[in-house]
Amino acid sequence: MIGNGSATALFRRDMKLAFRRLGESLLPLFFLFTVIVLIPLGVGPGPNLLARMAPGMVWVAALLASLLALEHLFRPDLEDGTLEQWFVGEHSVYRRVLARLFSHWLITGLPVILFSPLAAEMLHLPRHALGTLIISLLIGTPALSLLGGLAAALTLSTRGASVLLSILIFPLIVPLVIFATGAVSMAADSLDPSAHLGLLAAFTILSLTLAPIGIAAALRMNLE
Amino acid sequence: MIWKTLKLWFHKLGSAPSFYNFSKTVAPWLWVGFAITTAYGIYLALYVVPPDYQQGDSARILYIHVPAAWQAMFIYGVMAMLAAIALIWRIRLTEILAMSCAPIGAALTLVCLATGSLWGKPMWGTWWEWDARLTSMLVLLFIYIGIMGLYAAFDDRRKGARIASVLILAGAVNIPIIHFSVEWWNTLHQPATIKLTGESSMDPSMLPPLIWMVISTKLFFGAALLDRARNELLDQDRSKSWVARKVLQTSR
Repeated sequence: MIGNGSATALFRRDMKLAFRRLGESLLPLFFLFTVIVLIPLGVGPGPNLLARMAPGMVWVAALLASLLALEHLFRPDLEDGTLEQWFVGEHSVYRRVLARLFSHWLITGLPVILFSPLAAEMLHLPRHALGTLIISLLIGTPALSLLGGLAAALTLSTRGASVLLSILIFPLIVPLVIFATGAVSMAADSLDPSAHLGLLAAFTILSLTLAPIGIAAALRMNLE
Repeated sequence: MIWKTLKLWFHKLGSAPSFYNFSKTVAPWLWVGFAITTAYGIYLALYVVPPDYQQGDSARILYIHVPAAWQAMFIYGVMAMLAAIALIWRIRLTEILAMSCAPIGAALTLVCLATGSLWGKPMWGTWWEWDARLTSMLVLLFIYIGIMGLYAAFDDRRKGARIASVLILAGAVNIPIIHFSVEWWNTLHQPATIKLTGESSMDPSMLPPLIWMVISTKLFFGAALLDRARNELLDQDRSKSWVARKVLQTSR
C-alpha cells in the first residue's frame, strides 16, 4: 500500500501487536466514555445545555483519548533500541513515522469516530449535526495524531515526559479544536459548516506535510 | 575593508570568551538606555499626554500594555530566527541566545496579560474576557512555558536547546494560524489602532510616549538577553579554563 517494504512491515507489526492486546488498545475508548459520562454528572443533565456543549465535549474527549496512547508512541522502540535502527538503514524515516502515526490513528482516532454517534446521542446533539461531527472527526483526528506525535517525539528522552507532553500539545491543537467545534456548532444551528471544515482540512494537510519532518528531526536528536 | 573587519568581528563573536567580553561591555549601556527611555516615556505618559476623552486616565496603561505585547511577539520572531540558525549551523551561542529569549518573552507576555486584565476591569467590567487577542496571548504564554519546560527537561543542555528549537519552529508555523483562528472565534478587543500603512486612528498627541516605551522595551530585551546568555554561558562552561581566567581577572 505504502510501497516501501519497511514502513509496511512496521505498520503490520504495530497492528498485529494492537490486536493481540485488544483490551489494552481499547482502554482509551473506555476512558473517553468515562469523560462523556462525567461531564453531565458535573454540569447537570439539562438537554439544552448538553446540546450546546456536545461538540466541544466530544472533541475534548477525543483529545484526551489520543493523549493517553501518545506516551508509548516511540518510547518502547527507544528502550529496546529499534528506534536507532530506523536511522541506520537506507529506508526513509519519514515513511516509518507516517506508518507509526497511521497505526496510532487507527487505534485511537478511528474507535472514537465509530463511538461518536453514541456519544452524540447521549449528549443530545441535534441529529442533523451528527454527520458534520463525524466528518470533522474524520478530517481532524489525523492532525491530532500528527501533532501529538510531534509532542511525543520532542519529549521522548525527557524526565516527566507525560506531563510535559500534555503541556506542549495544548497550544498546537488550538486551531484544530476551534475549527472542528465551530463546524459542528454551525451545523447544529442549521448553518453551512463547509468553511470551517475546509479550514480544518487545510490545517490537517499542513500538519501532514510538516509534522513528520519535525518528528523525524526530533527523534534523531533524542538519539544523539 | 570595513566589510572584512565586520565579518571577522562577527565570526569572533561566536566564540565564548569574546561573546562574554562583548556582552559585558554592551549590556550596561543598554540598561542605562532602558532606564532613561523608560523614565522619559513614563513621564510623558503620566504628565504630558491629556486623558482620553472616553476612558479618562485608565487609558494610560496602554503605554505599558501595547509595547509589552509588541515586544512579546517580536521576541518570538527573534527566537525563531536564532533557533533556525542553531539547527542549521549548530552554533552553540545561538542555541544559548534562543533559549535565553524564552523567559524574557514569557515575562513580557505576562505583563501584557496582567495590564490588559487591569484595564479590562474598569472598561469591560471584567478581569478576564474570552476575547480573541487575550486568548491568543495566553496561548503564546503557554508556548513560551512549553519551550522553557522542554529545555529544562534535558540533562544535556545542548541536546535540550536543539530539541526545544524544533518546538520553537513548530510554534512559529502555528502561531499565525492560532492567532487568526482565535480571532475568528471571538472578538471583543478593539481592532489595531496603529497601522504601519495608512492612517492611524490614534490621536498624534498620544504617540510620543508610546514610541519611547517601544524603544525602552527593545533596549530591555537586548540588555536582558545579553545578561541571561552570558550567565548561561558561564554556567555551561564553568569547568573550562577561559571562565577561570575571566573570574580570576575580575576578582583581582
